[in-house]
Amino acid sequence: MSTAEQAGRPTILPLVVEKVCFDIGGTRLIDGITCTIAPGTRTIVLGPNGAGKSLLLRLCHGLLQPSAGQVIWAGSAAQTARRQQAMVFQRPVLLRRSAAANITYALSVRGVPRRERKRLVAEALELAGLSPLAQRAARVLSGGEQQRLALARAWALRPQVLFLDEPTANLDPSATHAVETLLDRIHQSGTTIVMTTHDLGQARRLASDVLFLHRGRLIEHAPAAVFFTKPQSAEAAAFLAGRLLW
Amino acid sequence: MDEFSAAPRLAIALLLSLDRDLVAIVGLSLAVSLSAVALAAIIGLPIGAAIAVWRFPGRAAVVALLNALMGLPPVVVGLALYLLLSRAGPLGELGLLFTPTAMVIAQCVLVTPIIAALTQQTVADLHEEYDEQLRSLGVGPARAIGTLLWDGRVSLVTAILAGFGRAIAEVGAVIIVGGNINRVTRVMTTTIALETSKGNLALALALGLILIVLVLAVNIAALMLRNAAKHAMG
Repeated sequence: MSTAEQAGRPTILPLVVEKVCFDIGGTRLIDGITCTIAPGTRTIVLGPNGAGKSLLLRLCHGLLQPSAGQVIWAGSAAQTARRQQAMVFQRPVLLRRSAAANITYALSVRGVPRRERKRLVAEALELAGLSPLAQRAARVLSGGEQQRLALARAWALRPQVLFLDEPTANLDPSATHAVETLLDRIHQSGTTIVMTTHDLGQARRLASDVLFLHRGRLIEHAPAAVFFTKPQSAEAAAFLAGRLLW
Repeated sequence: MDEFSAAPRLAIALLLSLDRDLVAIVGLSLAVSLSAVALAAIIGLPIGAAIAVWRFPGRAAVVALLNALMGLPPVVVGLALYLLLSRAGPLGELGLLFTPTAMVIAQCVLVTPIIAALTQQTVADLHEEYDEQLRSLGVGPARAIGTLLWDGRVSLVTAILAGFGRAIAEVGAVIIVGGNINRVTRVMTTTIALETSKGNLALALALGLILIVLVLAVNIAALMLRNAAKHAMG
């Protein structure tokens, strides 16, 4: 059962990205990407630096507006769909207040009634293993704890889709492991995951589907098992073989 | 230069004697400047933050203007307010000329651009870091301003201190709109100006020393507050 069904909210998935382009100063950075993200998947966006992975995430999440094409959420306008999504960034942006207060803030912005906030905050902290640090100032937590708090804050909103932009790029292996475990739990609760990474090992561990980008174009969109064993394009094969690609 | 050697002794003697005139002058200085800074913070903080967050046409010009206003000459502000508040002026009915209220208004006019401009810089930096996360959470511009001000509170103390420094040290505006009337509108800086012109250099210097100590004390207190907050909230 997905998060949406549990809460009795209309589902916003699948997400359809239709011929989306994004230009800055006359340079085309995202070039006509079309794809569909199905509910319940764990889609990993792969590609070399500058392929447009982060841009694609921001376009899907609505932080950027496409120069052409459209991002279509099933049955809802972009504004209502936004409330069913959350995003975690490479560098967690935490407010200068306690760990618990960071989550409370996000809930109050979303209009969650006061009496429900306390329970949701406690649950989210518990899930992330941060309960003992609830009253600690968020900004003095370690890098790994900060990223887990960012994930807990995102999950507290019970998003149908969670976008993650290189969430472990700045973390050491043990903190990365903790974040991946947390991601597993969040996915199990019914949240669809869309995440960028440049770490192939991580992609193999997490992906159910892979979107492979190169120079702003979508080269391959395949189930992970297929992508990692039989890449269909020369670029993907080269990328998987660890050859430099630009 | 006898004045230089006499001044510290005179300053200490004045302080120890708790001279009634001195206490009144120091008290009024603090009351006027603290009120002006409080008022300027109430106006300047939201304005500075709003300019930092809202993208509107002509924004760069507004920022430039705000920065320029930081250097507003006190005598010009004093003169302008004098014209507005004088009996024949448009606000003459209020009867505010030569009152402490007029002095508060004058210092507020001087300090508001300082607080607003420094707030704009602080909040703009913070906004750059927070913008995507706040938009992702669905935070609207009005709420974002409140959040950014609160998260910038440690740095904003500096902006308010800069404003206080300007207010308490300023003489040109308060002497014009206050008139330096004994026991009514006489503050430290106007007294120093008066005593200097009367030739009481040692007394003027002693008052100057007290003024500096006062400013230092306020800054140290604010700095301690700032460090405590930084320690607690990262």
